[in-house]
Amino acid sequence: MEMTFAEKILAKYSDSKEVTPSQIVTVKPDHILSHDNTAAIIQKIYPEIYKYGVYSKNLPIIVLDHIIPASSEKTANNHKVIREFVKKNEIINFFDIGNGICHQLVVEKGLALPGKLLLGSDSHTCSYGAIAAFSSGIDRTEAASLLLTGETWLKVPNSIRMKLNGKLNPGVYSKDLILHIIGDISSSGANYCSVEFHGNVENFSIDDRFTITNMGIEMGAKNAVFFCDSITKKYLENIGIKESSYIPIYADEGANYFKKYEYDLNDISPVVACPHTVDNVKPISDVSDVEIQQCLIGTCTNGRLSDLKIAADILKGKKINSNVRLLILPASKDIFEKALNSGIIGTLVKAGGVLLPPGCGPCLGAHQGALAPKERCLSTSNRNFKGRMGCKDAEIYLASPATVATSALYGKITDPREVI
Amino acid sequence: MNIWKYDDNIDTDMLFPGKYVYTCSIAEEIKPHLLEDLDPSFSKNVKKGDIIIAGKNFGCGSSREQPVIGLKAVGIKVVIAKSFARIFYRAAINQGLVLIECPDAVEYYSKGKNVEIDMDNGKITVGDKSFSFPRLPEQIIAIRNAGGLLEYTRDKLKNR
Repeated sequence: MEMTFAEKILAKYSDSKEVTPSQIVTVKPDHILSHDNTAAIIQKIYPEIYKYGVYSKNLPIIVLDHIIPASSEKTANNHKVIREFVKKNEIINFFDIGNGICHQLVVEKGLALPGKLLLGSDSHTCSYGAIAAFSSGIDRTEAASLLLTGETWLKVPNSIRMKLNGKLNPGVYSKDLILHIIGDISSSGANYCSVEFHGNVENFSIDDRFTITNMGIEMGAKNAVFFCDSITKKYLENIGIKESSYIPIYADEGANYFKKYEYDLNDISPVVACPHTVDNVKPISDVSDVEIQQCLIGTCTNGRLSDLKIAADILKGKKINSNVRLLILPASKDIFEKALNSGIIGTLVKAGGVLLPPGCGPCLGAHQGALAPKERCLSTSNRNFKGRMGCKDAEIYLASPATVATSALYGKITDPREVI
Repeated sequence: MNIWKYDDNIDTDMLFPGKYVYTCSIAEEIKPHLLEDLDPSFSKNVKKGDIIIAGKNFGCGSSREQPVIGLKAVGIKVVIAKSFARIFYRAAINQGLVLIECPDAVEYYSKGKNVEIDMDNGKITVGDKSFSFPRLPEQIIAIRNAGGLLEYTRDKLKNR
């Protein structure tokens, strides 16, 4: 029987010859990701974790990234509890504050590979489809249970095939594409589904793919994936991973899809997701002249070197508007170092940017860069929910790094094609 | 019993703002902030046995489980929605919070109509009309019957 990517990988991980949508299977994931929430996770299983131990020292990936450096005694203590847990249980994959955002590190450190299955206690775990892995978000309780048993159930999802034709025009980026798609199919348009990207994907770098798969959850997807190709292999080779160390999985020709969509990349223009839902997507011309007080470039959606470079190219030798605060948030220490050494950080700071440590920063409103009532933020992050950046009476707009950088210059939402 | 009616796309920030995610994790800390930015009257007036009726994509967004723990702790008997976001749905199974996906029942509901749930027979009665909803798979009922995922896991570990 021909199977989709999700069906094939779930069949493999459940030792089944074949599986069909809606079937419940038991799987043992390769890794379980958790971050600052690890403190709350281990608290749930205190007696058991010491009685039975962690299922495997190699199973957890723990990254301190959400509230870094700690903002209070309480968050500092969370970090302390996690560090003690890591030491005591000899957890192999631990990344302390300053290393970067969990999703970036999972990919950058080669912990997600083509054909692997990862679950994580964070909704944007779906990002690793960028590297052709199957990955999906779970809650803290499930992560706790997995730390003890190493296994869980998954429902085999329906699959959606998205075929991309043509090529994006200058000034239009993968962020515009994924926002366009979410605007088209709605924030529940891929609910419970596995989303596969097919067609003309050779112009999408791993950075571009990451932006797209990262936002899979914003259309309700269980996972989102680009298949392993020469771009994937080259990326992995560059981080020191040989082709012999992974076995890619591809959807079969003739597999059954619940829905099929086609997008002509030439038709995509810069767009902005307007408050307060990610699917409230409008052409940039509809919102140009909307004044903004804060700009955020970075996060797990758009904090990679290519994103920072796009922003630096636009801001080089210029100053941002005096009514705007521009926050720069590299997705990892490695990206930060490369951006520093290549002069990108210098350019951004000279233009008026404020550099934040690699982490989640203002994205979820729990730490730095919170908004005040009536303020508007234009951000490269993935969510614009009411209250998301700490204030229910503020507004968040989402766009590409080019749109955010250009808008920072003018103090209002501005089409990047005006300066590119 | 109160019935709380909400629209489509009630996201996790509306259910429990992100700014409290790393400072509130137990039920007593969570309860006062439930639905704080959407409906400040909720946490003040919600009572054990109340029902929430909502549109599509209820619980979309973050994987935070405070919304589920909070709704369970204040005694929400069931959330009936046109559809649920998947991580929220999973978290509800793991905490033993009852969710029912039944778009027709939500569509038919209007203020003042009585709502009754018959879990055993998979039936919701709204006013004068009944609607059926599908039974959950056995594996998932087993988690619910154990009292939630951690209880289920503890039983499994003991019997190893």
